[in-house]
Amino acid sequence: MIEIRIHGRGGQGGVVASEILAKAFFKEGKYIQAFPHFGVERRGAPVAAFVRVGEPGSLFVRTNIYEPDHIIVLDPTLLTAVNVMEGLKPGGWIIVNTPQDPEELVKEVGIPPTYKVATVDATAIALKHRLGSKMSPIVNTAILGAFSRAFGAPSLENLLAAIREEVPVKPEENAAAAKEAYESTKILIPQEV
Amino acid sequence: MKLIEKSQYTVLKGNYAVAYGVKLARVEVISAYPITPQTTISEKLADMTATGELKARFITVESEHSAISAVIASSLAGARSFTATASQGLALMHEMLHWATGARAPVVMVNVNRALAPSWNIWTEQTDSLAQRDTGWLQIYNESNQEVLDTTILAFKIAERVYLPTMVVLDAFILSHTSEPVEIYPQELVDEFLPPYEHPNAINFDDPRAIGAFARPDYYMEFRYNIQKAHEEALRVFKEETELFAEMFGRKYDTVEEFMLDDADYVLVLAGSTATTAKYAVAQLRERGEKVGVMRIKLFRPFPVEDVRRVLSGRKKVAVIDRNLSFGHSGIFYMETKAAMYGAKDRPPIFGYVAGLGGRDIRPQDIIDIYEDMKRREEPENIIWKGVRV
Repeated sequence: MIEIRIHGRGGQGGVVASEILAKAFFKEGKYIQAFPHFGVERRGAPVAAFVRVGEPGSLFVRTNIYEPDHIIVLDPTLLTAVNVMEGLKPGGWIIVNTPQDPEELVKEVGIPPTYKVATVDATAIALKHRLGSKMSPIVNTAILGAFSRAFGAPSLENLLAAIREEVPVKPEENAAAAKEAYESTKILIPQEV
Repeated sequence: MKLIEKSQYTVLKGNYAVAYGVKLARVEVISAYPITPQTTISEKLADMTATGELKARFITVESEHSAISAVIASSLAGARSFTATASQGLALMHEMLHWATGARAPVVMVNVNRALAPSWNIWTEQTDSLAQRDTGWLQIYNESNQEVLDTTILAFKIAERVYLPTMVVLDAFILSHTSEPVEIYPQELVDEFLPPYEHPNAINFDDPRAIGAFARPDYYMEFRYNIQKAHEEALRVFKEETELFAEMFGRKYDTVEEFMLDDADYVLVLAGSTATTAKYAVAQLRERGEKVGVMRIKLFRPFPVEDVRRVLSGRKKVAVIDRNLSFGHSGIFYMETKAAMYGAKDRPPIFGYVAGLGGRDIRPQDIIDIYEDMKRREEPENIIWKGVRV
């Protein structure tokens, strides 16, 4: 069972991202679970959503995720606003929406060299594909493209199919954003990992 | 091709699993009032009825009391009827819950377990549904979204065979808002399992009769006797219908579920979705050589006394984990389990744990702690708090 925690701000689409990601893994024959942090969500406030992925028939749990294998960060300001790396297992991926290169980000935020880092400018990609507004771009589908590229699963094909099924509006634009993000993801794998 | 092979596998939240169950059951009348975390059930059903995907009448009302009143009436008029609520909404229905039983209206309701206020809390706890224990409703608790869909269909079948209202219960958020794989069965197969609902004394303007008549002491007690007999019959019907369901749909449910119990000296008893986490913890304990298993109570009313005795008799110790509390006494599943075991042969000591009230997370380590605590203890206690700050 792998556990993924998604950090975003209310309104960015973090919860929908968890559902799309789970569905894409489901399409690959995995057993999945996706759920929001059971809070009272407000626009702009830090929120979290969770995804579990495992083989069919394996035992799951029904709790929040405290020690994720990987994290996805929809808003770079969260890296310093909340402890997004809390409990993250060594060797895990940190996927961040930022225009910075992974090397710059690691230096600026102080990410330990025990983690793999992938960055993508999901905000610019979302705006290019007219997803959300300039004040509040919807970056959830683009960042999943980066996850697919960095982690190697789910496949881009299954991700795009899940996006087309799950997003309520502009399915093609969202799929295009995910594809563009997939192609422009920058990756840093430190030697320690 | 067998019909079941036409099933559609998809990913659904628990609340949508309810809605698809209601649709497959070809419900004819729905009335509900929105309340977190039930609201998306009402929304989905309103959507389905508006688009014609589900050919039912959705009656909008101003309160839960009116919602249950509406579906009691429609049920008595011969229409398959459904409502859904949670917490304060269920509490507001209380008067009419008794009424549904007394009028023998086989309404099905989904209650999403949510803690009662104050303090205001929208997270899971079982006290809301358990507090309706003595209203005469059948109560069925669930562990997964698939089970929620399946049980919604089963509930109509059972309710309509014994003419008793039936409550299908799922946990707030942990099921209601969690997405997981669900198999949606072909309509034809559900139609085969669940025939159209017919009420032998349905309201008929051409043949008027009284409903809810006055019964003096020389009649009232016989009505109550009949309701109790219907509950006893419901236990047999539950067994029959879950077996038929297994044959047709390939999923077997029972009054209680047994997990890793074959050679278990110790048993953890609980109901609802926490069982998933308990099974995970128990599998870890098994790897350490601990002889422990889980008994999950699915059917709460009628209470499956014989099955509980069969599973628990002869064990060394039993811990009941309650996500609910009857103030002044103990957890409610604990109370019921203890009462069922009174007079059983080889009765083990039974320890009562209360955990996870108001949605406080119950983690695998909490389950392991409870197991180890039970093993250490000698004298059973009614209420042992887990994870409370004092």
